[in-house]
Amino acid sequence: MKTLPHIIRQIAWEEPEKMAIVFQQRGTPDQLITYQNLYQNALRTARILRENAIRPDEVVIIVLQHSQELIYAFFGAMFAGAIPSIMPFLTEKLSPEHYRKSLRSLFEVIQPAAVITYAEFESEIQQAAKGSSVRKILISEKIAGSEPLSANLAGLERSPTSIVLLQHSSGTTGLQKGVALSHQAVMKQLDAYQKAIRLTPSDVIVSWLPLYHDMGLIAGFLMPILLKVPLILMSPFDWVRSPVLLMRAIHEYHATLTWLPNFAYNFCAQKIRPSDMEGIDLSSMRAVINCSEPMMQASHEMFLKRFQPYGLKESALATCYAMAENVFAVSQDGIEKPVTLDWIDRKGLLVEKVARPSLQSSDAICMVSAGKPIENTRVQILDEKGEKLPERVIGEIALQSDCMLTEYYKRPDLTQKAFLDGWYLTGDLGYLANGEVYITGRKKDLIIVGGKNIYPQDVERIVNEVEGVYPGRVVAFGVFNEGMGTEEVVVVAETEVQDPQHRLEIANQICYQVNRSSDIVLRKAILVDRGWLLKTSSGKIARSANREKYLHEFQDIAPFAANTEQ
Amino acid sequence: MKDILDDLANFIAKTILQNPSRMIAPDEALISSGLLDSFHLVDLALYIEERFGVKIEDTELNRQTFDNLEQLSAIIQSRRQGK
Repeated sequence: MKTLPHIIRQIAWEEPEKMAIVFQQRGTPDQLITYQNLYQNALRTARILRENAIRPDEVVIIVLQHSQELIYAFFGAMFAGAIPSIMPFLTEKLSPEHYRKSLRSLFEVIQPAAVITYAEFESEIQQAAKGSSVRKILISEKIAGSEPLSANLAGLERSPTSIVLLQHSSGTTGLQKGVALSHQAVMKQLDAYQKAIRLTPSDVIVSWLPLYHDMGLIAGFLMPILLKVPLILMSPFDWVRSPVLLMRAIHEYHATLTWLPNFAYNFCAQKIRPSDMEGIDLSSMRAVINCSEPMMQASHEMFLKRFQPYGLKESALATCYAMAENVFAVSQDGIEKPVTLDWIDRKGLLVEKVARPSLQSSDAICMVSAGKPIENTRVQILDEKGEKLPERVIGEIALQSDCMLTEYYKRPDLTQKAFLDGWYLTGDLGYLANGEVYITGRKKDLIIVGGKNIYPQDVERIVNEVEGVYPGRVVAFGVFNEGMGTEEVVVVAETEVQDPQHRLEIANQICYQVNRSSDIVLRKAILVDRGWLLKTSSGKIARSANREKYLHEFQDIAPFAANTEQ
Repeated sequence: MKDILDDLANFIAKTILQNPSRMIAPDEALISSGLLDSFHLVDLALYIEERFGVKIEDTELNRQTFDNLEQLSAIIQSRRQGK
């Protein structure tokens, strides 16, 4: 089996002028990146890494905006034999102190040898890297002016089982878990997944997803590049300010495939001006694949209703269940068949933990299938003792494949905990019916906001520091917001302060601190009296029990809880 | 100017923050503080277009263009007069 650098080099040799990426950036004309460009520019990074004595198998952290430089740095690290890992760039709202702190905690676990960043960001990284394993901070602007490395590429000497990249989710907790993937795992995933989606060279993929996330990095970046499918790549920063850019790209390049988190269906349906859609044709779309957060039929319907007049086919609606630990996809539905909808009994789901088929009614819940496992992946549902459960019984989803992660990088403890008898425990709850996977919830305390994984303990840690909050008496959890099509974070904190005005100030301060110190925006901070929060028998704050209590006490009375944008 | 300020403050509190009692001072940071996240900047732009007939381009939805209600109102006012 070939490694990633071999594949890129071979295409660059055989078809140098073949287009790899159309890079779109607001305010500049589309830039075409051929395989030759990609290869040559990657070799500039490889040279700089070698000149700075960065050795094979060492980790290189990339801190760059969504840009061509980011793409070249990523592949360049691979050609040098190093292991690239992309970190999200500082956003407008994030406090630099917090950003530095998360870099530091990343450096501690991952022990990188180098960081690639912009000249203007160098001193920031320097501060974060003080006393860490980082030996070199390499400047992107200087790399661009260097000569491509032409011989002795360490990246071509790598074994297919060696680690090719690391992927992280955000927050202090997420940064501790660098998912390490081998060349072989990536290629085996792509081989199985391309069959599942019937990928052909005549497809055109369009993506606005960030490259530090598995869906963006694998489906919306590595897959098209390695399999020679043209990619139209835009910045998430541009898309979120102008979602019509996605539709324009589909129209202009006759795109056939794209991947979206569920919230994006609502976002596109609600926030694109009718006048901006004039003349746009979406009929080339073969599959719009819903992935990376709970998939809602209502979101599919809203999207279809809004874009059918512009040629979007109903058959284009598709779903996928994926995770970084399996490189990307676990299962896929909606290709050459409609996505299966499974109406099940509400009480059965909530109380008996069984997905009993039901007639379509108000007592029934519409479950959207994530489809059958892709050919190299097997799925089982396990009970709490790790025993296999029969069809339609809800339990933890476990999987086995030939493309699993090598390890959580430098965390053997976490790696060991993640597996049971050779099965990877996903922490997701669900069931199997007719061989298709359905996701019903999560065992682990994790909130997914717009496709991003947020660990509640990270949010709670921030809130604990806010003055007026009773220390240790804080809980964070997710509540699904139907209007937005995603989860919204809610914080409930105890306080001894009684004055309503003062409480309001504390609540504002909680939101402010969370916004500045995390990837989310907090809108719901609720202050309660001492003793409100429920504890487990072991004295820990019980997240799910407090979530239930919150929904019972606050959700019904909050007049603006329902989204007013619909 | 005061009308525009109040109108925008009201819209942000009620529709975006879903917290009508939230007061927003004219000089309170909106974007750099994370009060308005990127998902809602486009809501604000659409609202301004509909309410005041003034277009804020998507490329302007950043803190270099405006970061508080005062600055935003000034943009709206000058574009209205420019018509």
